[in-house]
Amino acid sequence: MNLAAVAAQARVELTLTLRRGESLLLTLGIPVGLLVFFSLVSVLPLPPGVTEPVDFLAPGILALAVMSTAMVSLAIATGFERQYGVLKRLGSTPLGRPALLASKTAAVVAIEVLQVAVLVAVAVVLGWRPEGSAVLAAAVMVLATVGFAGLGLLMAGTLRAEVTLAAANGLYLVLLLLGGMVFPLDRLPAALEALARLLPAAALADALDAALSSTGTLPAGAVAVLAAWAVAAPALAAWRFRWE
Amino acid sequence: MGATPAVSVSGLVVRYGSLVAVDGVSFSAEAGEVLALLGPNGAGKTSTVETLEGYRRPDRGSVRVLGLDPVADRRRLTPRIGVMLQRGGVYPGIRAPEALRLFAAFYPDPLDPAELLHRVGLGGVARSTWRSLSGGEQQRLSLALAIVGQPEVAFLDEPTAGVDPGGRQVVRQVVRELAGGGATVVLTTHELEEAERLADRVVIIDRGAVVAAGTPAELTAAGPGDEIRFGAPAGLDALGLAAAIGAVVTEVTPGEYRVATAPTPAAVAALTAWLADRDLPLADLRAGRQTLEDVFLRLTTADGGSSAR
Repeated sequence: MNLAAVAAQARVELTLTLRRGESLLLTLGIPVGLLVFFSLVSVLPLPPGVTEPVDFLAPGILALAVMSTAMVSLAIATGFERQYGVLKRLGSTPLGRPALLASKTAAVVAIEVLQVAVLVAVAVVLGWRPEGSAVLAAAVMVLATVGFAGLGLLMAGTLRAEVTLAAANGLYLVLLLLGGMVFPLDRLPAALEALARLLPAAALADALDAALSSTGTLPAGAVAVLAAWAVAAPALAAWRFRWE
Repeated sequence: MGATPAVSVSGLVVRYGSLVAVDGVSFSAEAGEVLALLGPNGAGKTSTVETLEGYRRPDRGSVRVLGLDPVADRRRLTPRIGVMLQRGGVYPGIRAPEALRLFAAFYPDPLDPAELLHRVGLGGVARSTWRSLSGGEQQRLSLALAIVGQPEVAFLDEPTAGVDPGGRQVVRQVVRELAGGGATVVLTTHELEEAERLADRVVIIDRGAVVAAGTPAELTAAGPGDEIRFGAPAGLDALGLAAAIGAVVTEVTPGEYRVATAPTPAAVAALTAWLADRDLPLADLRAGRQTLEDVFLRLTTADGGSSAR
């Protein structure tokens, strides 16, 4: 793999993402907005034993940030690149598919680092005092990123760009509501809660919450769900992805 | 390069389901040569070029570029070829210099992006994103992206489509310089004038098959040489006129006629007398050899016509 080519491609991916206003709204504006609003306005139910909304919200919003970048933003950008023939054109350059994937990964990770920095700073200002293990939290986010990126690329590589746009946003909303990100999962009907726990959003929120709590240990069930999505979604995407 | 042609296509068949897009096309191009695939829309030009670019496998026959298989030897071939797709292929939000610097980073020995930007006349729109460039500017940027890696073979699909006269001049200049430097250029066009101006050799394709090939001079000489051309109302009694002149008369396009005879004063007199007797106007009268356009129209509009225009 030509590292200079990967670096150039990753830089362009990152530049173009930061240049798109709607993408910044999705990856930074909405998570920061939700975090600030629901931390200051006590309208949401909190899990038992939690008194400060920000303590509940911060891990969930970090999960939301990962989902918005790795799944939604990646899906929409890649879907339009496919529609505009960008992927096709890159296919006849020496860049190669592994290098393209590496570049996209690097760009996604860079945006996530930026999101985490901003969100943690805002949460701390709002009174959040994270405990637990930052390393474990990072590991969980990487695992979830793989799964979400697989879902995003699956949509981008199989649907028309406009449909990908709608589907990614729709899925984002569903996973936000079923993700335990803004209100606790146990408020849902039992059957819906059981379903929600099998989805990557709730598993990530759950695992992040645990990693950043005083115990600092990971829930095995949530990690297993994330791992399953991290294997299945990219595999399905690789199988079904159409470059043109 | 030796005896191996830079590009060779032999017995190529490309199908899309039951539709046969390319049906047994063969041709080759040498180093330093500009070869134009000329044909109406839907003739199979793009399918042929995309097979050479490695985007699809031949259903039958074979293609070789620099002696390599475009699909199997993709990794060895991509650093040595340049591609201009028929449309798009560039990030809508990218600026021209960013795109050129990006593509330059893919190749081992690229041209200087800033210099190339000026060479294709885009120095003045360096701040504009792709989506805000005009069609002609987009085409010139696509062309620049195709050659930034100093390719040994460049495939240009409709490089002058939608390009204004000034832009065409740039495209022609770039193509000439490429070939002058020893590269092979395979381009497609449905415009005769472009083929005649740009190409050393022309391969005329219609409905998936090669109908003629040669230099523009050979192609125009190959047909029946001497003729009289004239314009008159459409639907003349061609048989009656043929009898009067003593030569075959064909209506090439509605209102344009060709008389297959040497343009002698006697033949011209017989023609004008026949028209005068019937009180018919004569729009124009031309004697001499056929043009590439004549060859093209004769070859591609047989049995029912096609979408050449």
